[in-house]
Amino acid sequence: MSDQIPIHSADAVIVGAGPVGLFAVFELGLNDIKCHLVDILERPGGQCAELYPEKPIYDIPAVPICTGTELTEKLLEQIKPFEPVFHFGQMAEKLEKTPDGKWRLTTDRGTVIEAKVVVIAAGGGSFVPKRPPIKGIEAFEGKSVFYAVRKMEQFRDKTILIAGGGDSALDWTINLQPIAKRITLVHRRDEFRAAPDSILKMRALVAEGLMDLKIANIAAVNGVDGKINEVVLQEEGKQPHPLACDSLLAFYGLTMKLGPVANFGIDLHQNLIPVNTADFETNVPTIFAIGDINAYPGKMKLILSGFHEAALMAKKAFAYVHPDRRYRFQYTTSSSDLQHKLGVDAA
Amino acid sequence: MRIYCTDMEGNEHELQATEEWSVMEIIREGGLPILAQCGGSCACATCHVYVDPTWKSKLPEPNEEEVGMLDGAFDVTADSRLACQIIFNKNLDGLKIKLAPGSI
Repeated sequence: MSDQIPIHSADAVIVGAGPVGLFAVFELGLNDIKCHLVDILERPGGQCAELYPEKPIYDIPAVPICTGTELTEKLLEQIKPFEPVFHFGQMAEKLEKTPDGKWRLTTDRGTVIEAKVVVIAAGGGSFVPKRPPIKGIEAFEGKSVFYAVRKMEQFRDKTILIAGGGDSALDWTINLQPIAKRITLVHRRDEFRAAPDSILKMRALVAEGLMDLKIANIAAVNGVDGKINEVVLQEEGKQPHPLACDSLLAFYGLTMKLGPVANFGIDLHQNLIPVNTADFETNVPTIFAIGDINAYPGKMKLILSGFHEAALMAKKAFAYVHPDRRYRFQYTTSSSDLQHKLGVDAA
Repeated sequence: MRIYCTDMEGNEHELQATEEWSVMEIIREGGLPILAQCGGSCACATCHVYVDPTWKSKLPEPNEEEVGMLDGAFDVTADSRLACQIIFNKNLDGLKIKLAPGSI
């Protein structure tokens, strides 16, 4: 049946593909635990990818300096032998027990993964679009106010207002301009932080009279039944004035929200997950939490803390995934067994 | 030394200030909620504050990176700054700021 949703089977499912989630693949892999990872971003790296891809990090042991992107690339190289399976661009939405005692994780895109253990390495939460603090905007969201474009066609012949000054705002301005009835780009200043080519294209469209550019803040949105009919713009030194439109696309970047993890049935304290420091298990056996999302006495939100937590977590996870086997402590330097798993043995 | 921080409800809080700390750290240490998601690396705009106009002239101008990052904040005005980019010193004793949308 083609419409049947395939159920992925894994030993462990990791929520979050940031540096700590990635390194967990390594520690679990050494313990013969195969991983699937879910991340709301379209690529690995978490905050390293989204917030500071080009900024330097100086406190990774034995790596005097690297950027967020470089750290992510190195981790991907390190975990390659363990063939992790990534599910990007989706949010871990629901966690439930199966009749045979496993966990079934379902994402907001309908991906289903079953695993014996769950590792929550979700950092500061899911990256979701920033929502403008405009009164009553919730009523329009998903109907005429959007923070992402899923289908371009829905904007054909629309009078669109696009807000923001980064790549998303400019890319969608340029891409939707040919099919929209009219596009107005609204940004708080007459400077843009985007690919130079996109800025040139946008400026050209404005110069040719094919779209409008307003330097303003959005003060209000008005409409009925979820359909906006105008946006009130506040230009510096002027009275607020309305601009008619039927769609608003707002691109102010992403922010981190805990999201559905809060409904997984595990204890939370101030949006963090309490764990014990012997194995970083939550109050629910077989669910672990590592990295910035966990809390314990003395916790420091450092990448290196998360790496340590991953190693101890993996030891306990081994007992759940391979209950019939005895845990063996080994060094990668000397163990031919581990070297075989890493694909670096002489054989 | 101290700063005065007005929260989103309009209540003013007197916070103990330490030289060379960022205003974001002073707010956080003072127990007020401030998201500051990137931890102070000028990468997220979730420590957006308004500086009282009478104090603006005592602060160095924001650099290009900070101004650019404010594109991801809301209700940005001429008084807008990122608190993580204001480094406290004794000349700022008594600084008045207000938390801005997106910071909590």
